[in-house]
Amino acid sequence: MLAWTIYLSFGGALLIALFTQGRPQMARALALVTALGGLILAVLAFFTQSGVAPIVDAAWIPAMGIRYTLSADGISRVLVLLTGFAAVAGVLFSWNIDRRVNEFFGFYLALIGGVYGVFLSADLFLFFVFYEVAIVPKYFLIAIWGSTRREYGAMKLALYSFLGSAMVLVGLLAAYAISGGHTLNLAALQQFAFPVSFQMWAFPLVFLGFAILAGIWPLHTWAPTGHVAAPTAASMLLAGVVMKLGAYGCLRVAMTLFPHGLDPWGWSFLGIGSWRAVFALLAVIGIVYGAAVALIQNDFKFVIGYSSVSHMGLVLLGLMSLSQIGLDGAVLQMFSHGVLAGLLFATVGRIVYERTHTRDLSALSRMHLSRTLPFAAWLFVLAGMASMGLPGFSGFIAELQVLIGAWAAFPVFTVIAGVGIVVGVAYTWRAMQKAFFSDAPAGSSPSALSLPSQELHVFDPITWAEKAGVVLLLAASLAVGLAPRLLLDQITPAVLALPHTLLTGGRL
Amino acid sequence: MTAAAYGNLFSILWPESILEIVSLVILVVDLGWMRGETTATRMRVASLLGSIGAVLSFAWLEMHVGIASVMGGALVSSPTVVAAQSCILILTTLVLLLGLSVRFTRNPGEYVALVLLATTGMMLVAAARDLLIIFVALEMLSLSLYVLAAFAKDSAASAEAALKYYLFGGMSAAFMLFGFSYLYGLTGTTSLSAIAASLAIAPLTPLALVALVLAAVGLGFKVAAVPFHLWAPDTYLGAPAPVAALIASGSKVASFAVLIAVTAALVPAWGWTATLLCMAAASIVLGNLSALVQSSVRRILACSAIAHAGYMLLGIAAHTLAGDQSVMTYAVTYALTTVGAFGVVAIVERSAGSDRLDAFAGLSARSPLLAATLLVFLLSLAGIPPLVGFWVKFQMFAAVLRAPLASGWGLGLVMLAIAGSAVSLYYYLQVLKRAYVTPAVISAPLKVTRLELFLLVAIAVAVVLLGIFPDMLMQWIPAV
Repeated sequence: MLAWTIYLSFGGALLIALFTQGRPQMARALALVTALGGLILAVLAFFTQSGVAPIVDAAWIPAMGIRYTLSADGISRVLVLLTGFAAVAGVLFSWNIDRRVNEFFGFYLALIGGVYGVFLSADLFLFFVFYEVAIVPKYFLIAIWGSTRREYGAMKLALYSFLGSAMVLVGLLAAYAISGGHTLNLAALQQFAFPVSFQMWAFPLVFLGFAILAGIWPLHTWAPTGHVAAPTAASMLLAGVVMKLGAYGCLRVAMTLFPHGLDPWGWSFLGIGSWRAVFALLAVIGIVYGAAVALIQNDFKFVIGYSSVSHMGLVLLGLMSLSQIGLDGAVLQMFSHGVLAGLLFATVGRIVYERTHTRDLSALSRMHLSRTLPFAAWLFVLAGMASMGLPGFSGFIAELQVLIGAWAAFPVFTVIAGVGIVVGVAYTWRAMQKAFFSDAPAGSSPSALSLPSQELHVFDPITWAEKAGVVLLLAASLAVGLAPRLLLDQITPAVLALPHTLLTGGRL
Repeated sequence: MTAAAYGNLFSILWPESILEIVSLVILVVDLGWMRGETTATRMRVASLLGSIGAVLSFAWLEMHVGIASVMGGALVSSPTVVAAQSCILILTTLVLLLGLSVRFTRNPGEYVALVLLATTGMMLVAAARDLLIIFVALEMLSLSLYVLAAFAKDSAASAEAALKYYLFGGMSAAFMLFGFSYLYGLTGTTSLSAIAASLAIAPLTPLALVALVLAAVGLGFKVAAVPFHLWAPDTYLGAPAPVAALIASGSKVASFAVLIAVTAALVPAWGWTATLLCMAAASIVLGNLSALVQSSVRRILACSAIAHAGYMLLGIAAHTLAGDQSVMTYAVTYALTTVGAFGVVAIVERSAGSDRLDAFAGLSARSPLLAATLLVFLLSLAGIPPLVGFWVKFQMFAAVLRAPLASGWGLGLVMLAIAGSAVSLYYYLQVLKRAYVTPAVISAPLKVTRLELFLLVAIAVAVVLLGIFPDMLMQWIPAV
């Protein structure tokens, strides 16, 4: 059933790209139908399936032992569900795209199809194919429909992604050759006892390759520029699901394939004695650094862009805890951040920017948006609260689990990560205050002359598409925050089913 | 040789003979009856006849797939050789048909006849397993291409392209012949299989090393590997578009086929693998880096051709059945994709008069389908799945890593190659950025004939389908 999410997306992409030229309304409708179809399938599968559900297994390239194998476990289903939400919301928030509409939705759905494929692949070759399929549409989405420095942002993102996947490819090829070249099936390769010396270099290579896409410090720089340059829907997808591809690859491929790569080296330098500690350190630096940089941004979108780096640091920290609760938290955080980052980018990039035509916080502060655009103001308050970890929303339970999981292994790092979360409250508060609730007088700056009488400025009303997208994402975050069991019932069995050598950090 | 032996020889050379005969027929028809017609008509008639010849030859080949050898193994036929030859014929047909509307000559008859002669040379090169035959066939190929490169007589660039190609080519052919003569002196035979047996037991002498290096010069020139690559950018830039496509495609396939055969003979001698690896590493690095700064699309294709030759040399140096198979699939699909890319370049040049990056601006608005085919070709060259360019890279790197001979260097050079292809995405995207992102300078729709569009879409579909179902490719070019 879930396989149809992939076919539907690619089929829709092809259909829209080829047959809806000059008919934008039809392209939008088709894209919405396609994305909704994917979401419905994802929801159905989420509520009807449990455990590992094989989907397809067919011979593909027999000579090299490569099979077309799709299967889903709890983690996959959660992330497929996230993709479904993000895809529908993205279509709704790009309803106002009016240039080259058919190409836009063609690239958009091709990206979605690739993302679904990654989350469902159980053969590494297939996994990698889908992983790379997702790179090219991102480039064109940003370069054609983007804003600030779009060509630079797009190229940087494409090259970073390709660099990461090149590192992954080296690791996969080496694993394939060492295991005898019979299979690339993930489960079969996990059974193979790779030499520890091999795992010791293959693990960091593959992990880092994936982690680039998850925005690991110091290779995160593509993320803020890419997010800022991208059109709203692409920012939502980038932060919402594409960064999850990286984290998912870290967990699904790097960690399960080379679990001994996480073992201690036998010596330590400044308390760092394993790749596990190295990546945990980078994750913590990412959390604090992302939050600190977000605190001083003047471009509203950059605030959100850096907050993504910070939040993805928590995912990586959760992965490195190697404990059941930490991994649970990491996956939950992937879902939570996917939904909330989508919501924040939608607020900033679509609802505010498309009306005010500026993302400059000091310019926004003179517009009194809390009065002229109350919908956006209250939406940002809700989304910001959720993002900073207010209980009742999905972010809280995810961050809590990550921190509890990480505490046992890295107490110092966990404290620092906690500080990062506090800074997170600060930058969200600052952005909220400056953009929406400022008392700055309208005429206090020369640039106000060009926009006379903001006090009376009437912005376009909020469209139905925007409202629908907001409701969808807010409901998802709220549901998970109030009843985390919904997701955890899927996630926990899948985490416990990971190779037993991996969960050294303890289970509940 | 007896009459029976000649008959035998002729039986295996039917496809080549068909091409020779058709090329003569074209000359007679064109010079005998067509002189009063316009150049365009003459071009159409000649190209059509040439394509028919290639198709006939192709049909004969495909009906006679099997293992055969004549003259004591000097010329062989096997499923792999037939696949290479069939591919060369397909490429020639595509080049002829895509070149129909390219105006560069007033002598279409001679042009098509020379293309067919060059094709004959390529087919012989792919089948040759004897030093003398290899040399003669390579010369037949090269001499035709030298003349073809100069065929746009009004264009100084074409003359420069041909002269560079000729001077480098003549020099390296001389080196290669010199090396072959040493090999003959060392082993007393010109047959590749006998040379392999003899080198396996021969002591290492400086003379053997000299012979190997000299042979590498000639073959390295044909595949445009560093340091014998200097002709490539200027020749690709200056030669008429169809000729550049032929040099970049069919000629490459033939050269790699013969390089595999030569490697099988020379690999027992110490130093051959090392020579190949040095050329491979240098080609990957230099090809990719030099492509980054080009502003002409033809030169980008030339520099990337150098890099691709580097990747393929890795597969050859691995020297396993899977490695050889992967080199052939790589060469064949690379050639197909390059012909497509040159087809698009030729169409853009016809409208803009230049192949600079800026000439591609707004291509997607001017002709969406053409831009889409260019997207497929370039992304395939960059190695993005699900296009075939990714599959052949994957297959080849996997084969290299698994080769016993490659245990010492495999991983390092595969890493270099993968890093190189990561770099390559940048310059391919530079072209695609113009085509899709930059607004058009000229907004008039591009003039593309139906035939051109059909052929380019067909190639693009093939690139996609072979990438999704690579098993078809692996069955067509078996590992034997």
